[in-house]
Amino acid sequence: MTGLASPVARRDAATTAEPELSREEILRYSRHLILPDVGVSGQRKLKAARILLVGAGGLGSPAALYLAAAGVGHLGVVDFDTVDVTNLHRQVLHGTADVGRSKLASAADRLKDVNPHVHVEPYETRLTSENALEIIEEYDLVVDGTDNFATRYLVNDACVILDRPNVYGSIFRFEGQASVLATPDGPCYRCLFREPPPPGLVPSCAEGGVLGVLPGLVGTIQATEAIKLVLGIGEPLIGRLLLVDALALSFRTMTIRRDPTCPACGTREIRELIDYDAFCGAGESTPASSHASTHSSTAGSSSSPSSSTPSLSTPSSNPSSTPAAAAAPTLGSAGTAAAAAQAQAQAPATFTEVTPREIAERLARGDDFDLIDVREPFEWEICRIEGARLVPLSTFPAAVASLDPTREIVVQCKVGGRSARVAALLVQSGFPRVANLVGGITRWSDEVDPEIPKY
Amino acid sequence: MSITINLPNVLSRLADGQRSLKAGGATLGAAVAEVSSRFPALRSRLTDDAGNPYPFVTFYLNDEDIRFAGGFDAAIRDGDEVTIVPAVAGG
Repeated sequence: MTGLASPVARRDAATTAEPELSREEILRYSRHLILPDVGVSGQRKLKAARILLVGAGGLGSPAALYLAAAGVGHLGVVDFDTVDVTNLHRQVLHGTADVGRSKLASAADRLKDVNPHVHVEPYETRLTSENALEIIEEYDLVVDGTDNFATRYLVNDACVILDRPNVYGSIFRFEGQASVLATPDGPCYRCLFREPPPPGLVPSCAEGGVLGVLPGLVGTIQATEAIKLVLGIGEPLIGRLLLVDALALSFRTMTIRRDPTCPACGTREIRELIDYDAFCGAGESTPASSHASTHSSTAGSSSSPSSSTPSLSTPSSNPSSTPAAAAAPTLGSAGTAAAAAQAQAQAPATFTEVTPREIAERLARGDDFDLIDVREPFEWEICRIEGARLVPLSTFPAAVASLDPTREIVVQCKVGGRSARVAALLVQSGFPRVANLVGGITRWSDEVDPEIPKY
Repeated sequence: MSITINLPNVLSRLADGQRSLKAGGATLGAAVAEVSSRFPALRSRLTDDAGNPYPFVTFYLNDEDIRFAGGFDAAIRDGDEVTIVPAVAGG
């Protein structure tokens, strides 16, 4: 049994006596108490345990529900988002009546109902380089239920620095990953993935979709691992990466190792938290990211972002505010690394950003430009902007020849991330007048035409 | 010489929907290059322009991370299985 060489055991031994169980708790947890590997002593360990959930979304929902039900005495929850109706197909911590409420208020009510013996500590904030160490230090272990790379690297580095296990889970579409990272001898997230992908390469769940039950599968695995760590039983997912495939219904584990050259847990050159937005290439492709890290405290010694040269699907432009500098890539086979490097060495090409209201006004007065929707056909079927033409991102290289470089081109997608990538690529490929519709068709629905359904 | 390369669902659409591909070559790098030439849309998702693996896409050869087993220079044997795992961040 690998058990726990984890801070959980250390905290217990050094600082806290395991609390007694009340009569009500003995009744409530009776099926645990008669379980040989849990028993009264295990249940008291759970009551003494302090677990921090970063994110009360898809993964955090089932994890929080089961950890509360299991009797984890102190649950910290970090989130700053509000409940949106599009969350409800997977975020089972929240209900229809909670739409518009803060996720933390909703979570606290629900968890109190599940188990009034659990103390829920809400942190209505983004986890940042400024507050992460202070918050995580108060806990025995962390359950990573974040939804973006910047916060994942932040959680990882903070857990390594503080010597707290990071119960990792991540999902996309039909597949998920889980592991127990940052234990004293095991690998950390940077051992798995040294650097994040360039912004926009990997769509978020808001853009790429996710099977609603998938976070249920992965989040309950995270809860299982967290409970095992607290109890010190079984074989935790240390040194193993679990791959869950809901379509094949397969569960596979890969062997993962601590990388001696890992700047976090190997060489330990990362001694302070860094600017994770910068590390991850600044603004990610979705404004829906609800747990993004921000602000740097101290310049870190981490390696720089990926130096690889991406092509069509690996943009590196900044899709956030105002005119954006198109950084690297070129379109399909037309571009080479050398050409891209040369282009970069010259004045940075830029595209402009326009709001839905501006475009609506320009369409209404008959301005001459092409509005190109780069979403996929199944999204086009859900809704479209009158006057737009569909050129899906997936087939964009082949369709570039159909675009007229002498005309102004406005590109648009769901929330503005993918279209920002396309805008950068078009500029890089020589299109002189390119604009990105900020906020995409979602913002169009908010500000121009509420009849357009949001999805 | 034939090995199996398992693709995640998100990349299989770039390989005619196939989740498992057969590939040949003396090394893992050669097998990946062979698959990339058969499915050009996969290439930029598996390797950088120089043909090297990205730091955000991990290759497992028989369930072991290739970075600890010779990387793309690792020799492959008939029946070997490669699993490609890209970083995802959804939660």
